[in-house]
Amino acid sequence: MSQIHVSTTINGDATEFLCEPDETLLDALRDRLGLTGSKEGCGTGDCGACSVTVNGRLVCSCLMLAAEAEDAEVTTIEGMAEGEALHPLQRKFIEHAALQCGICTPGILVAAKALLEQNPAPTETEARYWLAGNLCRCTGYDKIIRAVMDAAAEMRGEMRRAS
Amino acid sequence: MALDDKLGVKDRTFKIVGTRPNRPDGIDKVTGRARFGADMNAPGMLTGHVLRSPHPHARIRAIDTSKAEALPGVKAVITAKDFGHVPDDMADVLDHCLAGDKVLYDGHGVAAIAAVSPAVAKQALKLIDVDYEVLPHVTDVDAAMKPDAPVIREAGGDETVPDGMSKNAMHRFEFGHGDPETGFGEADLVIERSFRTEAAHQGYIEPNACLATLAPDGQAELWCCTQGHYAVRDMCAAILGLDKGMLRVTASEIGGGFGGKTTVFIEPIALMLSKKTGRPVKMVMTRDEVFRASGPTASTSSDVKIGMTKDGTITGAFAEFRYQGGAYPGSPVEFGAMACFAPYDLKHVKTVGWDVVTNRPKQAAYRAPGAPMAAFATESVIDELCQKLGLDPVETRLKNAASEGTKSAYGPTFPQIGVKATLEAAKAHPHYAAPLGPNQGRGVATGFWFNFGGNTCVSLNVNADGTVSLTEGNPDIGGSRASMTMMAAEELGIPYDRIRTVIADTGSLGLNDVTDGSRVTFAVGLSTIKAARDAIRVMCERAAMVWGIDPDAVEWEDGHAKPAGPNAGQFPPMSLAEIAAQASNTGGPIAGHHEVNAEGAGVSFATHLVDSEVDPETGAVKTLRYTVFQDAGKAVHPSYVEGQFQGGAVQGIGWALNEEYIYGEDGKLQNAGFLDYRVPVASDLPMIDTVILEIPNPGHPYGVRGVGETSIVPPLAAIANSVSNAAGVRLTDIPMSPPKVLEAIDAAG
Repeated sequence: MSQIHVSTTINGDATEFLCEPDETLLDALRDRLGLTGSKEGCGTGDCGACSVTVNGRLVCSCLMLAAEAEDAEVTTIEGMAEGEALHPLQRKFIEHAALQCGICTPGILVAAKALLEQNPAPTETEARYWLAGNLCRCTGYDKIIRAVMDAAAEMRGEMRRAS
Repeated sequence: MALDDKLGVKDRTFKIVGTRPNRPDGIDKVTGRARFGADMNAPGMLTGHVLRSPHPHARIRAIDTSKAEALPGVKAVITAKDFGHVPDDMADVLDHCLAGDKVLYDGHGVAAIAAVSPAVAKQALKLIDVDYEVLPHVTDVDAAMKPDAPVIREAGGDETVPDGMSKNAMHRFEFGHGDPETGFGEADLVIERSFRTEAAHQGYIEPNACLATLAPDGQAELWCCTQGHYAVRDMCAAILGLDKGMLRVTASEIGGGFGGKTTVFIEPIALMLSKKTGRPVKMVMTRDEVFRASGPTASTSSDVKIGMTKDGTITGAFAEFRYQGGAYPGSPVEFGAMACFAPYDLKHVKTVGWDVVTNRPKQAAYRAPGAPMAAFATESVIDELCQKLGLDPVETRLKNAASEGTKSAYGPTFPQIGVKATLEAAKAHPHYAAPLGPNQGRGVATGFWFNFGGNTCVSLNVNADGTVSLTEGNPDIGGSRASMTMMAAEELGIPYDRIRTVIADTGSLGLNDVTDGSRVTFAVGLSTIKAARDAIRVMCERAAMVWGIDPDAVEWEDGHAKPAGPNAGQFPPMSLAEIAAQASNTGGPIAGHHEVNAEGAGVSFATHLVDSEVDPETGAVKTLRYTVFQDAGKAVHPSYVEGQFQGGAVQGIGWALNEEYIYGEDGKLQNAGFLDYRVPVASDLPMIDTVILEIPNPGHPYGVRGVGETSIVPPLAAIANSVSNAAGVRLTDIPMSPPKVLEAIDAAG
């Protein structure tokens, strides 16, 4: 099998790579592009540690073929902070001790950002159901949910100030 | 209150300990920069993969690897035979990685391949021809103990096992004092019940991964995700016949462990493949492999009999526990039998335990190994006694609670302990008095864990600019860098952000025991404090030299050396930074260090309150409210202490309600994935409230007790008690999955 050439945009940068026809987007990100922030916890779409957005939609990158990223806009955890400035979710995760080991953190942050883009004022229940596809084994989710709700509140405040 | 009167202060006021600074590795972990086990690569590296047995029990007649070896891109194929003879105490460890004469469980490693790509490796695995003679199997603990059960280990059990027992019974023991039968005679009510718990997996989200290089001169490098890289070094060195000093192991960031990453599964294989190929070899387990071939905890079966008077005094207690720990001896049954009655002051108590082997993967430690299942059984019977005698379950536990001077059920006499404090706090909490709705029930349970100290080695270097580099040897599994940095800052009297804590590799620091037994904040913290004091001693000497006075006339306060009194001389205090800046002229670099095999880890108790709602139509259980009351001794970073309480409670909720190893009649694991092995998700849960109690541990300078494990001991029982109260029927089988709850409700009519 010959490899496939893919032209895509990752975290705003035009990117090209070669991949096997059966290679997942996660493997291409990690093994070909050095973007190891997305993690493989299961490889079957059950844990969410590999969460990225593709054209704004939250996906498990372990369930998507790398070749399907042609002409797409892919965003990973590495694209979340802007230069030195952490995204409010990233900052709130640190402040609330919302991570213990940190392996699920990139995926949860990507998923939470996607939530707040769709729904800037989620209820606790909405946040819990949105994040139900992201497994965390350390925290029991308590501090994660608090961090997401706090970040959402801060972002709403910022948006009000901006307008 | 601090226990340390070094400075002549009994009631020490902490400046940094007890606050909640941001963890120093936080930015790395929220940006994806932190490097975990699978995130490391090396030039020219190969990929390693393991062929695993499809049979639960079979003799290996022959393995033909020739076709696989001939496949282009395959660089080496190995089996257990390539390791030759290994030391006796490593035989089971290697056998669990790669089988010897027999495969002992579904998923048991048989051979391993190093190849240029995963695709080649996958193809090559199919070309290995294994000739199996399939043998009868047994995966259930009670079935394995029957005299006619299939025999897994021909050698059988040790001298403690009576004649006529199955050879799968490896060991029997007893603990206790007094005579339970006498106690039952004094009781107004005696209840006897049998219980079962299924195995749960630690469920860490990061699959085991490593990158190994072993050169022909015997020098080796190993990068891996582990709770203890020194233990990995020692096991791998013994198995491969390497010198410990020649094998340098670096711990990656670790994506969860919970006890499961305290041994080796792929590391010796990767080293051997590297030796054979002369190239670096990376191995990453799949989730399927993690479930099938890394350690879950034991499954158990038990009988408990407890007697109580009408006023709630426990007069006698007996429990017999049968734990299977997979195909190798060493289930955590002794810990369970020792821990289950520890919260109580009992005159007549006895526990009996059996360690049993079955055709399952070798169990690995899982957070308070062995204790949750035993506490489930004993705390359920105590709850039922309270129900039937019309007694309050918290009051009754308080009435029987152990305290300072109590001879524990497992032997030692307790020093200052916190079991009563946790119960008093539960009794006073609004949760305990909150109203319940229809089909809702409240459960309470108390749990105990021993905690551990162990070998620890810490170095602290004072840099010329007044910053400090703290070097420790235990992977940061949940914020321990922050705790160590805080304790060093507290002791030195400098700001938290002037200290950077790093986790050293095995070549850079002396032995540090595995991150287990809730030992790190206690033992590494203690060593950090003492290393800081060692550096303070040196800095006082340097100040004395500058001032031309006796070193004994210098004392340390708030980050400064100063003359101890008016007679010592009149000198302005000299800061750590000022002393550090002159170090080259006063004798060279300044450092402190401490090495110890730490004792004095204070035991820990917790009481959990939980409200559950049972759906009578489906048997589904919803956890409505949960509160943890636990003694932390002294909470160094309260957010991470709360996190340990919450995480343990939720792992317990998963184990109690959903998680289980399901073996078919064919002896194969049927749910080796996160879809069918269902750990709790965010939408299953309420917030987990926590109450931190601080009953100081006399064995630590600040009173710290380990907190990581105790929190998983009460949940199985607390939830079972709440479900029993909600459904009006006693649940005795974990997990309490909807079909089992529905069956129990239907059976009760």
